[in-house]
Amino acid sequence: MSISVEYRSVQKISGPLIFVEGVTDVGFNELVEVRDAEGGLRRGRVLEINRGVAAVEVFEGTTGLSTTSTSVRFLGKPLTIPLSTEMLGRVFNGLGEPIDGGPAPFTEEYRDVNGLPMNPFSRDYPTQFIQTGISAIDGMDTLVRGQKLPIFSGSGLPHNLLATQIARQATIVGEEVSFAVVFVAMGIKHDEAAFFKRSFEESGALKNSAIFLNLADDPPVERLVTPRSALTLAEYLAFEQDMHVLVILTDMTNYAEALREISAAREEVPSRKGYPGYMYSDLASIYERAGRIKGKKGSITQMPVLTMPNDDITHPIPDLTGYITEGQIVLDRDLHRRGIYPPINILPSLSRLMKDGIGKGKTREDHGPVASQLYSAYARAQELRSLSAIIGEEGLTEKDRAYLRFGDSFERNFLSQGIDENRSLERTLELAWEQLSLLPESELTRIPDRFIKIYYKRS
Amino acid sequence: MAKIGRIVRITGPVVQAEGVAGLEMHELTMVGNEELIGEVVRVEGKMATIQVYEDTAGLKLGEPVKGSGMPLAVELGPGLLQSIFDGIQRPLTVIRDATGDFVKRGVKASALPRDRKWHFVPLKKRGEYVAPGTIIGKVQETPLLEHRILVPPNREGKIEFIAEEGEYTIEDCIAKLSRGEETYELKMYHKWPVRKPRPYIERLEPSEPVITGQRIIDMFFPVAKGGAVSIPGGFGTGKTITSHQLAAWSDCEVIIYIGCGERGNEMTEVLINFPEWKDPRSGRPLMERTVLIANTSNMPVAAREASIYTGVTIAEYFRDMGYNVGVMADSTSRWAEALREISGRLEEMPAEEGYPSYLASRLGEFYERAGKVKSLSGLYGSVTLVGAVSPPGGDFSEPVTVHTKRFVRAFWALDSALASMRHYPAINWLTSYSEYIDYVEKWWNERTNGRWKELRIKALDILKKEDDLKEVIRLVGIESLPETEKLIMETARLLREGFLQQNAYDPVDTYSSPEKQFKLLSAILAFHEISLKAISKGVPVSKISSLPSVTDLAKLRMSVPNEKADEIDRFLDRVQADIKRLAGEGV
Ligand SMILES: Nc1ncnc2c1ncn2[C@@H]1O[C@H](COP(=O)(O)OP(=O)(O)OP(=O)(O)O)[C@@H](O)[C@H]1O
Ligand SMILES: [Mg+2]
Repeated sequence: MSISVEYRSVQKISGPLIFVEGVTDVGFNELVEVRDAEGGLRRGRVLEINRGVAAVEVFEGTTGLSTTSTSVRFLGKPLTIPLSTEMLGRVFNGLGEPIDGGPAPFTEEYRDVNGLPMNPFSRDYPTQFIQTGISAIDGMDTLVRGQKLPIFSGSGLPHNLLATQIARQATIVGEEVSFAVVFVAMGIKHDEAAFFKRSFEESGALKNSAIFLNLADDPPVERLVTPRSALTLAEYLAFEQDMHVLVILTDMTNYAEALREISAAREEVPSRKGYPGYMYSDLASIYERAGRIKGKKGSITQMPVLTMPNDDITHPIPDLTGYITEGQIVLDRDLHRRGIYPPINILPSLSRLMKDGIGKGKTREDHGPVASQLYSAYARAQELRSLSAIIGEEGLTEKDRAYLRFGDSFERNFLSQGIDENRSLERTLELAWEQLSLLPESELTRIPDRFIKIYYKRS
Repeated sequence: MAKIGRIVRITGPVVQAEGVAGLEMHELTMVGNEELIGEVVRVEGKMATIQVYEDTAGLKLGEPVKGSGMPLAVELGPGLLQSIFDGIQRPLTVIRDATGDFVKRGVKASALPRDRKWHFVPLKKRGEYVAPGTIIGKVQETPLLEHRILVPPNREGKIEFIAEEGEYTIEDCIAKLSRGEETYELKMYHKWPVRKPRPYIERLEPSEPVITGQRIIDMFFPVAKGGAVSIPGGFGTGKTITSHQLAAWSDCEVIIYIGCGERGNEMTEVLINFPEWKDPRSGRPLMERTVLIANTSNMPVAAREASIYTGVTIAEYFRDMGYNVGVMADSTSRWAEALREISGRLEEMPAEEGYPSYLASRLGEFYERAGKVKSLSGLYGSVTLVGAVSPPGGDFSEPVTVHTKRFVRAFWALDSALASMRHYPAINWLTSYSEYIDYVEKWWNERTNGRWKELRIKALDILKKEDDLKEVIRLVGIESLPETEKLIMETARLLREGFLQQNAYDPVDTYSSPEKQFKLLSAILAFHEISLKAISKGVPVSKISSLPSVTDLAKLRMSVPNEKADEIDRFLDRVQADIKRLAGEGV
């Protein structure tokens, strides 16, 4: 490679972007080194080239840069990160540099953080049940290996607690495999980061985990690179090292805010609420990096966490996420207020890949019908709750009152569990049947009679 | 004319090149040293703007841009069926062989296999004059479909030579035509530009329903062969499952399924299921009539824009052979967003929500490619278009949904509330509509003793009344309603649970034959009539609804297979006997 030229022709600085004039031989999306007046080194990426002018976003931000004293070099290659299995047990910044005080891990290979789209023909369909030990998830919104299943939360709700509980408890029953967690924190607060680190250390999960930290006061451009660096490692572990990787990404809302900030600095035409029109494609380039490949042993399962601004599920961030992921686990403020943990509202929650991960030979034959019946019964109970709030319980039939009892018991005994309580699927289904047995047998229209005969508890 | 230009600007998938006088609008171009495939989307003097169908990372200013002299086109001939293509018709299997499990750019791949031999049977003789679109031979492409070899729409002449029956590749010359001084060689395939609708003799009014095997669609909101439908719905409401169901069970001869900017796993699902699932009419694997186009959400955005044109052009080609073709595009919103992204990069003035002002006309052009026609071959064929729409926030007042509504005549509105109650398909029966009722009425009436229309109106009326009564119940409770109204609630429940709901994952329920659909609906409405009589004799609805046979009525959709639809009649007799017994006992 030829020695690259140093440009001192920064013409304009706007937000995280610098515009360099008179450039030649510069490639779209390539990596850039920016040196400030003090000689400090920053990195960036070419966003656009228009005639002689290159727009460069600077990962570390533009604070302290000036048009006169900044020099820029184009490196002729995309942003890459060094990879190896030694990265497990370590903590990195968004660019994949260790920040835990340890030495740089040994490098097997470098890869472009942007990755490549998986060929749909090469994909293998996810079908293996992952037991999280959480009844609401295992019973009703089952996670399968290779799925992308986000948690839609709100500020102040216990999504971090839930995410770490899942990371701790997730297993494939009856299987000893190499399992790794890639934990990606974007724009989170220092105390949250401390919570995560502690929880990984205490549970002993740290040795199988790689943590990528981009904190709230780190530059937003780096936030856009963080999940990509982490997923590049995940792909390496899954498809080169045969590991089953669980990737937890939190908080995607901060990621999307950074995306909006940079889009605004580029003066792009916004779509809804100021977010860029390409946010769907951008998020997809993260979420679609989950899955399995035919003929490979490993897999990537993603659990992104996001906080819905103002608890609004139609806000562009949860909305576009829901359009890409394979379902969603929705946390609910009302359940939380009533002290129910995990406060999962099962009605808007969904796991689209559940059907292929459960049933005969995988979990239990009655699993599907039971989940379906729980859904419809809980939906009915909710409807009756609001009805009885207006007309009083007297206006309800005996059957309706059975539904109300079911609803309460479902929340208290099935949904609720301890933060360290790891329930087996058998236990979850047993609890499910206890709840369903509060309803008259004739109400169980979604369950074949043969299961009712075995499991229904006549009082 | 010098057609080699130089790149002067790169912004995402859009590239500008200078010094390219002579490039035409929509011309296929080779961009950069790696010759990435692109299409001209704007020409101003010596400057051309090109949308590039592959990742542009690493592309540099000054790299060359070459025109091909041809518009973006697809290859049409044997080998289409059972394939999975990307948005610009490159087989994903070939891409995988070239670049492995992840898609890299710069792969050159022909759409149709060049080395495969097909058994060609000539249908015309030397000396005959053949007009554009004439069928001159055939190839049994799959056991399910005879691929008819057409004279391309822009060729005609006297047959100077036609190949004998035998094995040929698509590159072999199978006929020579002469017209005046000119002669043409015909092969089993030809190319056609994707943005240009294929010609036909005349357009006809639709007259037959597409039988989808989905009860709410066939009975309540049917689509005719040659029609256009939209399926709008928020995330997770069932657009993809509905599209998959239509692709699997519709009585079309050919299915083109376009995964436009959606999930990779959903294409995998089709690739796994369709070779295994059997066509209910022929018993053959569904894949034998299917063409898949996959440009998933993480694949290049410009190719997403092209993918629906690629799909619909292939559909028109099969239509021209005299087939009924179904096209499912999931999701047209992602196509519109690709349009928006490219438009933004072109710095065009945005109209609503950042979409370009030509969004509506592009949608119109697309949906107008649906239709039933008399094709150039003289045979009748149709293209039915089903487009999923993904409105932001599930709000149907956004531009893509609103404009789509102007160009489709059936609208299957998916409802988040129904979906969260796990009422699937979550098609809202109050807000959905079909303007094809009058076209397909005759077809149904011939098969149902003229009762189809009457039944659907009755059923929809009960469902509407249920909705009104719900308001009342919300205020006063169900106990204060008169018995006849309680019965409306009960019948409506049976309609919802025993007819409208249809589980795509239940082996029996997933496909309902027209006969079974009709019998189920008749049975539930007959239940209503029988119960009305019983009520007039003083039987309370609560007693009727707790009869085990009534509970079971809601399960018939899953317990009675299509071949045994007659059992529904017998079951109804049981229900009738049980209710009469109640009436006999008095209260
Ligand atoms: N007819 C049906 N039978 C059974 N389940 C269904 C049916 N329709 C939808 N579902 C359920 O709803 C889920 C979501 O459906 P689907 O993936 O089709 O939604 P979508 O509208 O395409 O969402 P998105 O816009 O995010 O792609 C499915 O995974 C399945 O669990
Ligand atoms: Mg979908």
